[in-house]
Amino acid sequence: MAVIRDVLPVFELFQPTTIDDAVRLLDQHGADALVLAGGLDSMDWLKDRLKKPRAVVDLGQIKELRGVREANGGLEIGAMTPLTEVVKHPVVRDKFSLLMQAAELVASPQIRNQGTIGGNISQDTRCWYYRGGWTCYRAGGNICYADTPTAINREHAIFDADRCVAVNPSDTAPALMALDAQMVIRSARGERVVAAENYWIGPGIDITRMNVLQPNELLVAIRIPATMAGAQFYFEKVRDRQVWDFPLVNVAAAFKPSGSNIGEARLVVNAVAATPRRLRNVEAFVVGKPRNEETAAAAGQMAVQGAQTLKHNGYKVPLMRNLVKRAVRGSEGAAWTS
Amino acid sequence: MDLLRYGRSPWGETILTHVSWNLFWASLFAGILFFLAHATYMLLSAHHKRPEAETDRLEAANKDLPVKIERHGLTARLFHWVMAASMFVLLFTAFLPVVGVKFAWVQWHWIAGIVLTASIVFHIIHASFFLDFWSIWVGPKDIPEFKAEILRDFGHDVSGPKPGKYPLGNRLYHLAIVVTGIGVTATGLFMLKRIRTPFFLRDPYIMSDSSWGVTYVLHGLAGVGLVGLVIAHVYFAVRPEKWWITKAMILGWITRRQYLEHHEPSRWRVGRQA
Repeated sequence: MAVIRDVLPVFELFQPTTIDDAVRLLDQHGADALVLAGGLDSMDWLKDRLKKPRAVVDLGQIKELRGVREANGGLEIGAMTPLTEVVKHPVVRDKFSLLMQAAELVASPQIRNQGTIGGNISQDTRCWYYRGGWTCYRAGGNICYADTPTAINREHAIFDADRCVAVNPSDTAPALMALDAQMVIRSARGERVVAAENYWIGPGIDITRMNVLQPNELLVAIRIPATMAGAQFYFEKVRDRQVWDFPLVNVAAAFKPSGSNIGEARLVVNAVAATPRRLRNVEAFVVGKPRNEETAAAAGQMAVQGAQTLKHNGYKVPLMRNLVKRAVRGSEGAAWTS
Repeated sequence: MDLLRYGRSPWGETILTHVSWNLFWASLFAGILFFLAHATYMLLSAHHKRPEAETDRLEAANKDLPVKIERHGLTARLFHWVMAASMFVLLFTAFLPVVGVKFAWVQWHWIAGIVLTASIVFHIIHASFFLDFWSIWVGPKDIPEFKAEILRDFGHDVSGPKPGKYPLGNRLYHLAIVVTGIGVTATGLFMLKRIRTPFFLRDPYIMSDSSWGVTYVLHGLAGVGLVGLVIAHVYFAVRPEKWWITKAMILGWITRRQYLEHHEPSRWRVGRQA
């Protein structure tokens, strides 16, 4: 396991004040640079001396990366906006309360004051073998220590494992995917906009990264379109302790009614795979049906089809099934089944 | 330039993990350089075939040979093309991600690896019991042919032995493919224990970290070696003067004239018509 030394390795610190300067620095230093947002993920890596970047680009001084702005009936949230600010924003609370619920359940109040929305969705996985500094697949090696007959893998993936079984630990990521968000990414070559569904990448595609950001790229903003504004939302997070913890499984759902039935649906579950998992088959199934116990139970069953458990994470299957069931039913009083 | 990559085991030991992908680029470069050099050389070099007059004389004297002479039976051809397809899938799935084309490659890779392994096993059995096993191998008996080929390459008119069923280059290539192919499939079969397949329970602890490191390095070395070898093979397959061999691998036969032109009948005996 890693030895926490509490002394940062030597690096050159840059504190740009504009996005252009930050992007230029990233272009200049490439993979030798580490981007520092709230620092809650990055500082672990640095203090454990598992990442020793030559340059750290601290985004804290860039004002244009902060703030929530209304745009075309939706929102544009600067990547460096603290989670607390997102939670408190009146439009988020009024039209996109799914994001508010998700952001409010991240870690603890102090961490939400410091942690940013961009950092929360772009954070690295919490797999302790990986973060322990061992040369696993994700760290460029040739083994997954978490998927062995003797591994402790209670928090790991039940879907889409491809050699690596780490999961995405973000709470806001599934909410943003359910809201059809888009990620605005800037580099020295220009700007590109990536749909939330394409922002996170699994180990099959690239085993050493959690998202599409290249070393010279910077996530500058998150756009939430008006598509699901004011819809019926549901967010639930199950964790080992009720504060300051990562999800064992969380679910984010958005429904637009059509008469007494579901007209449009978005269902996303996280912490079950390396990327937030959008349940398109379940969405297609529930559209046109009422949000009742019967629909919810079938949706829950459908959601976990294809799950492959490890030695210690079998509980995630009923947990996910019940969370999806509760999300579709729309009531926390829905009966749990084991 | 790094040739190998290292990591740290949970016990703090430095262990091998992979070959450096620099070797892939080196092999790719070597393969391309080889075909450029060879193509240039072939523009200037002497011809390998028998003189036309000699072939005419041989053809007149061997009218009892079939007009079409079987070079590769259907089974051998099927094996060759299945192996070729699996080899291309293996190389593309292994190295496209290295050059930046990202996709979920692992499943395609191990399935192609199983196909390649199965086809090699089949080939060994087929060649051992149903083909002239020794015709593809090289040994001390081939030294006179080797000398003659070298001298012909330098423009000398040498009456030394022509090849049997397989030209010397073909046999040397087969030897290289045997070494790399066995290396890549043997290590690949062990590596199946590291991924999810229907065949085994995933268990990376059947070997120590350092033994796995050696396994990965051997797999990688054989893999990057195959890049150069496959480039060379495709290059020879499409060369105009070798096209008759490629065509034989598609259709199965060569003409009587090609047989007499390129081969030593005493070293590759074919059935004569009554």
